[in-house]
Amino acid sequence: MEIIVCIKQVPDTTEVRIDPQTNTLQREGVASIINPFDMYALEEGIRLKEKYGGKVTVITMGPPQAEEALREAISLGSDEAILITDRALAGSDTWATSLTLAKAIEKIGRFDLIICGKQAIDGDTAQVGPGISAHLNIPQVTYVKKIEEIRILEHQSTGAPEHRAPSTHSAIVRVQRMMEEGYVVMEVPLPCLITVVKEINEPRLPSLKGKLRARNALITKWGIQDLGIDKQDVGLEGSPTRVVRVFSPPPRKGGQILQGNVQEMVEKLVELLKSEIL
Amino acid sequence: MSIKVIKEKCTGCKICVKVCPFGAIKVEHKLAVIDLNRCNLCGACVSVCKFQAIILSAPEDLGTRAPKENYRGIWVFGEQKKGIIQPVVFELLGEARRLAEDLKTDVSCVVLGYKIESQQIEELFWRGADKVYLVEAEELYHYQDEPYTEIFVELIKEYKPEILLCGATAIGRSLVSRVAVKIRTGLTADCTGLAIDPETKLLLQTRPAFGGNIMATIVCSDYRPQMATVRHKVMKELPVDKTRKGLIIRKNYDGRLLHSRTKLIDIVEEIGESVNLAEADIIVSGGRGLGRAENFKLIEELAKVLGGAVGASRAAVDSGWIAYSHQVGQTGRTVCPKIYFACGISGQIQHLIGMQSSKIIVAINKDPHAPIFNVATYGIVGDLFEIVPLLTQRFKEVLKK
Amino acid sequence: MRDYLLTEEQRMIQDLARKIAQEKIRPVAAKYDETEEFPWEIMRILAQSDLFGVFIPQEYGGLGGGVLELAIVTEELSRACGGIAVCYAATGLGTYPIILFGNEEQKKKYLPLIASGKKLAAFALTEAGAGSDASAIQTTAEKKGDYYLLNGTKQWITNGGEAEVYTVIALTDRTKGARGATAFILEKGMEGFSFGKKEKKMGIRASATRELIFNNCKVPKENVLGKEGMGFIVAMKTFDVSRPGVAAQAVGIAQGALDLAIEYAKERKQFGQSISSFQGIQFMLADMATSIAAARALIYTVCRAVDRGEKDIAKESAMAKLFASDVCMKVTTDAVQIFGGYGYMRDYPIEKFMRDAKITQIYEGTNQIMRNIIALNLIKETLR
Repeated sequence: MEIIVCIKQVPDTTEVRIDPQTNTLQREGVASIINPFDMYALEEGIRLKEKYGGKVTVITMGPPQAEEALREAISLGSDEAILITDRALAGSDTWATSLTLAKAIEKIGRFDLIICGKQAIDGDTAQVGPGISAHLNIPQVTYVKKIEEIRILEHQSTGAPEHRAPSTHSAIVRVQRMMEEGYVVMEVPLPCLITVVKEINEPRLPSLKGKLRARNALITKWGIQDLGIDKQDVGLEGSPTRVVRVFSPPPRKGGQILQGNVQEMVEKLVELLKSEIL
Repeated sequence: MSIKVIKEKCTGCKICVKVCPFGAIKVEHKLAVIDLNRCNLCGACVSVCKFQAIILSAPEDLGTRAPKENYRGIWVFGEQKKGIIQPVVFELLGEARRLAEDLKTDVSCVVLGYKIESQQIEELFWRGADKVYLVEAEELYHYQDEPYTEIFVELIKEYKPEILLCGATAIGRSLVSRVAVKIRTGLTADCTGLAIDPETKLLLQTRPAFGGNIMATIVCSDYRPQMATVRHKVMKELPVDKTRKGLIIRKNYDGRLLHSRTKLIDIVEEIGESVNLAEADIIVSGGRGLGRAENFKLIEELAKVLGGAVGASRAAVDSGWIAYSHQVGQTGRTVCPKIYFACGISGQIQHLIGMQSSKIIVAINKDPHAPIFNVATYGIVGDLFEIVPLLTQRFKEVLKK
Repeated sequence: MRDYLLTEEQRMIQDLARKIAQEKIRPVAAKYDETEEFPWEIMRILAQSDLFGVFIPQEYGGLGGGVLELAIVTEELSRACGGIAVCYAATGLGTYPIILFGNEEQKKKYLPLIASGKKLAAFALTEAGAGSDASAIQTTAEKKGDYYLLNGTKQWITNGGEAEVYTVIALTDRTKGARGATAFILEKGMEGFSFGKKEKKMGIRASATRELIFNNCKVPKENVLGKEGMGFIVAMKTFDVSRPGVAAQAVGIAQGALDLAIEYAKERKQFGQSISSFQGIQFMLADMATSIAAARALIYTVCRAVDRGEKDIAKESAMAKLFASDVCMKVTTDAVQIFGGYGYMRDYPIEKFMRDAKITQIYEGTNQIMRNIIALNLIKETLR
């Protein structure tokens, strides 16, 4: 199985604090981490490799320092790592980002499965995964909470004509997709893209051998020219959306702490909420 | 497009350093220096600088990339499950109507499905739609990414809406992400505020980022339609007006567009009869303070009396007391009910991110210093094992009357 | 001075062990203390992270470190749970006889399995009548051609019943006294090898402590470690290199208790202010931190000496174990004191540290025996 996992380096938003004086984000000294949902994607990719053989290639688009995230991915068990970095990519929105990642995946060539986290914790858009599959014109399943099985089919040379991307296997993957009121079971032929939720697995910690390997691993670096992307199609220029204003939300103020004994407090609360509930 | 600091104007005051969401600015020798590798050109520093020392130059080419004037009207994706229009659609129709007033245009709802009852369609008109585009085929009974995407793309190409709104649901988010790429237009996820700019008539799309720590307003000036997903419970639905009528435009597409490589095998409803988190008006959540799985019964009983859903903190889910589908917070679900009860939840930032936009937050915790009280509308410091059952009992009495 | 001159690799090991302790062990420490279940889940994580290989030579599948690496990991794990840490450290104790005295075949057969964490190890010397007086052991091994027949019972064996590989000291010749003992490698499942009931303990309750029972247990002669008659030398040399590990466990427990005490002192308010603003508390914290730093420096120094291949380290090794375990007992007792009444309650995590601390003054040679070793060596040195 040739597996590609897309990851993003993000600020650890759980460490982000609001400066009470200026009411702005304190970004200084906040650690960069691999987007937590991408950790589940990585873990799933590595588990599939362990089960079916093959290779995990991890790719990220970001500034040069995103290399750290790729090294961490290698220490966890990824085989190869590609960093897509280019000044021209600054300001890319989800359209341009998914185009860039799709072009990189096309350059990699053969693959069976692309795995992404369901969304990144800084942008929370959940758009890049489906965007990649749309650019590549492959099927997708979002919010996967379990891969039930992968059925390798007899080797057929056919495959539907719209399969632009060549797959190394002819196989069907059966997954559970999380929905608001439960889940649905879906089957999808490879090659395809899935985005995963937390429930799918518990990510491992790195191994020492992996860490030693990661220290010296070669990271492939591609710019937009390597990918044959036109400057007009990425970065701020190529992005359909643009941020025009950034501001801090008014901080939520603590309200009242109810006083009195338990009976009195409960009575007061019921009184306060009655109009909302009835 | 580029950003630069005007040396003569910069005083090294560091305000820009603090507002930069990407940590891209440093002050060296009393001069702001922007690390272009980190900078996302968002402009947060530009608007905050008191000395106009940072300039974000506009793209050279502001010419239109699509003939925007041909695009008219506001569309709402009429998400249905098993033939039932989902409640978020009514909220979106309400919002679309308000936007349509400003744009002097009409509101349409796009419904893909199979054998949708006419009453379902009528209700869309009562809720604010002027037109309904209806595409029915057996293949569309359940949502599938590919046929839904292909048909949507065809409809957009043919009818050219100016704005397309969609619920930020599991289905909606998957669908429109794919549609936006195929159409080559902008899409803003998870908006909490929408407005029309009075001058440019552009859709101002405001959304939280960085786990709700900052808000960003986003526009899509050069591409059409302007697409946005909107969180459930954020927009207000209109009162039902049964006198409203509208036009149904039926479309049919051939099998090629209806083909799906993914196959739906089974639908498993887990939450069953109780209300699901995203739609609940009231959520009662339990955390570490419950101590063990059996104690979730207290939470369930209160939720049942109030007709609400059961939520949980990550600590409770990780301890195996309740399924992950109940988790509220950064790695779980984001919710915004009318009332959120946090029982025995300390209020870690990861949890607050998922629930702090609730209208009323009630916190019950024995630790008076628990951070949950900083966001709570009403706080009770005390033992939840004493308070929650009493609340359940009192609400039962009050609601009976 | 966080790194005590550790190398880049050693810091990497420390970071990983700390991460595991923080993220995986801390949340379950109270559970295992309560249930006394063996922490297999954590052992699997340690195995997957290669931590069982840090002290095993590279040619046998390890990472090529030594007792310092073993100590670093033991210390970090102990900060979160002394009981879980000893399951790890006891594997080190059971493995060192093979590293030190094993022949090529024995090393090839056992070390890779231990390095990968597929098998845990244990060391068995103590018996009901032979504690500090190890020479009083009664377990016998009678040679019968190609194999030995072992008979007797070992007591209080850490990892007993859970480990797959055991180093066992038994008498091959009663007439020769201390020179009549031999070390054997035993495997779980050997005919005539069974286990007694699991002991209930005051502390380190996540770890398993059992009797090993040998009833005409047949052990092939290839499983003799070193030579016949070297049993006590194997034991003593093993202790020389393993005692810094117990010391590291003690320092880890102490550090974990200090971490909690500082956190609590900052939060707890009395007389309208945080108790960390009181000098009485501050002085306690300062003394705790200082003694921990001194103990750690001594341990690392001894570990480095061992890893450099220095002989005659019995005295220093005993000093490290003695000092660190006494520090551990004092620090954990003081930590409970800082927590006050809350500290005495099982709802709070601190009393466990005090319970876990006590054993470090007792096992792998009581602190009285440590003082004996130190004093004897001091006198011996002056006679040279």
